[in-house]
Amino acid sequence: MDTLALSRLQFAVTAMFHFIFVPLTLGLSILIAYMESRYVNTGNEIYLKMTKFWGKLFLINFALGIVTGITMEFQFGMNWAEYSKYVGDIFGAPLAIEATMAFFLESTFIGLWIFGWNRISKKVHALSIWLVAVATNLSALWILLANGWMQKPVGYVLRNNRAEMVDFGAMLTNSYGWLKFFHTIFSGYVIAAFFVMGISAYHLLKKSNAVFFKKSFRIAATFGLVSSLLVFLVGDFHAAEVAHTQPTKFAAMESVWETQKSVPYNLMVIPDIKNETNIVETAGIPGLLSFLAFHDSSAEVVGLKAFPKEDRPPVLPTFLSFRGMAALGMLFMLLTLVAFILSLTNRLESSTIFLRIILYSLPLPYIAAQLGWIVAEVGRQPWIVYNVLRTSEAVSKSITPLQVWGSLLGFTLLYGALALVDIYLLTRFAKKGPDEDVSSLIGPAKSQEA
Amino acid sequence: MEFQIIWFILWSVLWAVYFMLDGFDFGAGILLNFLGKNEKEKRTIVASIGPVWNGNEVWLITAGGATFAAFPTTYALMFSYLYTALLIILFSLILRGVALEFRGLSSGERWRKNWDRALFAGSFIPSLLFGVAFGNIFQGLPMDAKGYHGSLLTLLNPYGLINGLFFVLLFIVHGSLWISVKTEGDMAVRASRLSGRAWFVLLVIAVSFLVFTAFATNLYTNYLHNFILFLFPILAVLSLLGIKLFLTLDRNLAAFYASCITIVMVFFTGVIGLFPNLVPSSINPDYSLTIYNSSSSIYTLKIMTLVALIFIPIVIAYQIWSYRVFGSRLSPDAAGEEGHY
Ligand code: HDD
Ligand code: HEM
Ligand code: HEM
Repeated sequence: MDTLALSRLQFAVTAMFHFIFVPLTLGLSILIAYMESRYVNTGNEIYLKMTKFWGKLFLINFALGIVTGITMEFQFGMNWAEYSKYVGDIFGAPLAIEATMAFFLESTFIGLWIFGWNRISKKVHALSIWLVAVATNLSALWILLANGWMQKPVGYVLRNNRAEMVDFGAMLTNSYGWLKFFHTIFSGYVIAAFFVMGISAYHLLKKSNAVFFKKSFRIAATFGLVSSLLVFLVGDFHAAEVAHTQPTKFAAMESVWETQKSVPYNLMVIPDIKNETNIVETAGIPGLLSFLAFHDSSAEVVGLKAFPKEDRPPVLPTFLSFRGMAALGMLFMLLTLVAFILSLTNRLESSTIFLRIILYSLPLPYIAAQLGWIVAEVGRQPWIVYNVLRTSEAVSKSITPLQVWGSLLGFTLLYGALALVDIYLLTRFAKKGPDEDVSSLIGPAKSQEA
Repeated sequence: MEFQIIWFILWSVLWAVYFMLDGFDFGAGILLNFLGKNEKEKRTIVASIGPVWNGNEVWLITAGGATFAAFPTTYALMFSYLYTALLIILFSLILRGVALEFRGLSSGERWRKNWDRALFAGSFIPSLLFGVAFGNIFQGLPMDAKGYHGSLLTLLNPYGLINGLFFVLLFIVHGSLWISVKTEGDMAVRASRLSGRAWFVLLVIAVSFLVFTAFATNLYTNYLHNFILFLFPILAVLSLLGIKLFLTLDRNLAAFYASCITIVMVFFTGVIGLFPNLVPSSINPDYSLTIYNSSSSIYTLKIMTLVALIFIPIVIAYQIWSYRVFGSRLSPDAAGEEGHY
């Protein structure tokens, strides 16, 4: 493999690994902030217990989010020097703003939250975790505005052999970036909801701490239901935005080869990449695809064949990932709806089959989110900045395949080891339940809790 | 003032503050196994940096982000030329962060020992390599129209290594002073004694750095053109002497502040000599990366200046507040009991 292929692989590995931890942080910080606020407002100790138990799992996850993030910040210069030179005038700004506005806030206040139980008032302590929640979501906004710009470049001119920013406002209001932002944070909320529901289900099945976990479950189910609906809703707008701005990606997502009007939405599609057609195309709902793309059931959808081969993204991964994500998205709405109803009507503990389903569904939203990134990033190929810069022109010139082999191997081993430690710690503390000693990491000593 | 110059100053300040703050985390991490005689003492050391290390590290992320936003060509070339060195720094920082967050999560002896080793490596290696990297930047990198002609090994030249050692010792003194003011009891005394001894080594290396710099680099040229600039190296020397003075007076907090100033002034001494280069070329000055030929457009620099002027003061305010919340000394005798560490 050459430096280009290796660097792509390395970016994919490190970004997707970072994005295992990020979305849980986005959602769980909000749930914990809510729990702690309930504690401050009601004085009910069960909310304090919740804050501590879920807080501990949150921190284990958070630590890996932080350390894998540093890699991301430096990788653009290391592996994508030509990219960084070409679009740094625009792309560097949101990254620097993200650090100044968001990372400082979250890192400082997470320190206060972890170590500050005896040092700041209850209200300020709860405020700290709220600030962490705001800051992580703010960091998502800036990085996704940056990524949104790569998907739909706006507010720039090509000058001095590079892209230069001429309208910062256009970048701030880039519809693509905002859709990405809402879609991504809501997908993070879904992940957090399934995380809390899944672990609660585990304990409810074992009949340990029923009151505690029923309450946690209900909070998560409510949050999850709302978030699943929102992911779906925003995802729908997002797909329409893709159809407008990146016709090649949209055609690949749906495996549309020929340009046609009034395109149906086929539930069953099997693409045949070599012959540039679909082997199977059945169960069509007339006009639906046209409608999804342009909100007009007779609109024309441009097929892949209308573009030269070198401008088309890899169809199969884009298509399969999109189908997978959307199918999972429907499933989540269904599961969270049932979860919500069962927990509202207090029938959760007797529904052991459903609890088991929820437990084993825990990884599914993670998978959906990873699939989403594959759609967004693979579907954008061969462009790194859509219609402006090709990925093949973006890679550093000074690095050698040997160097990137070394770093890729290093990342794989290091991240692999960290993943094992993380899974070990999470399962250990998740299984322990809220009554065991969790004071070594956060919060006041046992004596105060007893 | 030109926006490129404003950003040269901001760029220098971000790096300097980073080394000043994360410097004591690195020092504490290096000293963990030497000063911490038992688990309680080690826990106390970790707890003393626990609430702040992440906030300190964000200065590095911001320095990186600011390099990207203000001087994208420097960000691109410096980071890709120093690929392997930077990669090792990254791996070390990852290990350090995980070690700090995870070591307390299990009481197993092996578990702790392994994380303590990771914490040592994750603190020592970046200290050394950041020094080596900046030493090489002060000297200039072998680069021209064809790109970069060096490798990891060429970075490890004598001047680069002197710089690396310089950074390590600065951080050891800085970190032991931190421990001496943040903890109570026997360990604080030992830390204080250690900083006094390490100071002598630091002095020797500092002098060789100043002398060696005259031969290995062009840093002094700017100073000879403008004598007022000598203020910075003089302040560096005075604050370095101040550390020892305050230590003998038993005023460790003052000594710690003096070592903060030393780190900042040493860094300024270097980068002022660089100006207007960010990374000089050691073989052909036409290919040096300067603040002019590698900067963003004025439009971007203006926006970034606005962002920095609004947010950096806010950041400084809440970080100072957070340091004050955790202002009191930690006692190893209470480790594990008081709960927060
Ligand atoms: C949708 C959200 C999202 C996305 C797409 C990314 N990140 Fe991230 N990142 C976060 C959301 C986030 C976060 C939730 O805010 C984290 C996780 C844990 C944390 O502390 O902050 C974080 C941590 C984090 C850190 C460590 C901050 C610290 O030390 O406190 C850095 C340097 C980055 N990220 C940089 C990046 C870069 C350069 C990305 C793109 C290539 C990226 N992240 C994608
Ligand atoms: C600012 C944010 C981002 C930028 C600038 C960015 C840029 C890039 C670059 C340079 C590559 C390598 C070239 C290629 O596409 O093959 C890439 C690939 C990829 N990125 Fe992103 N990305 C960003 C965010 C993310 C995030 C957060 C994820 C999710 C975890 C992600 C997922 C992927 C995947 C899966 C690939 C592999 C695609 C492929 O190799 O064809 N991206 N992206
Ligand atoms: C239910 C219907 C859904 C639809 C119609 C949908 C639509 C989309 C579309 C069109 C993209 C590609 C955007 C681009 O190319 O830039 C995308 C990306 C993505 N999706 Fe979905 N999605 C759905 C469900 C989900 C679910 C359930 C999750 C996770 C829990 C999820 C997570 C993501 C993520 C993380 C990305 C990448 C970031 C982004 O581009 O916004 N999606 N989605």
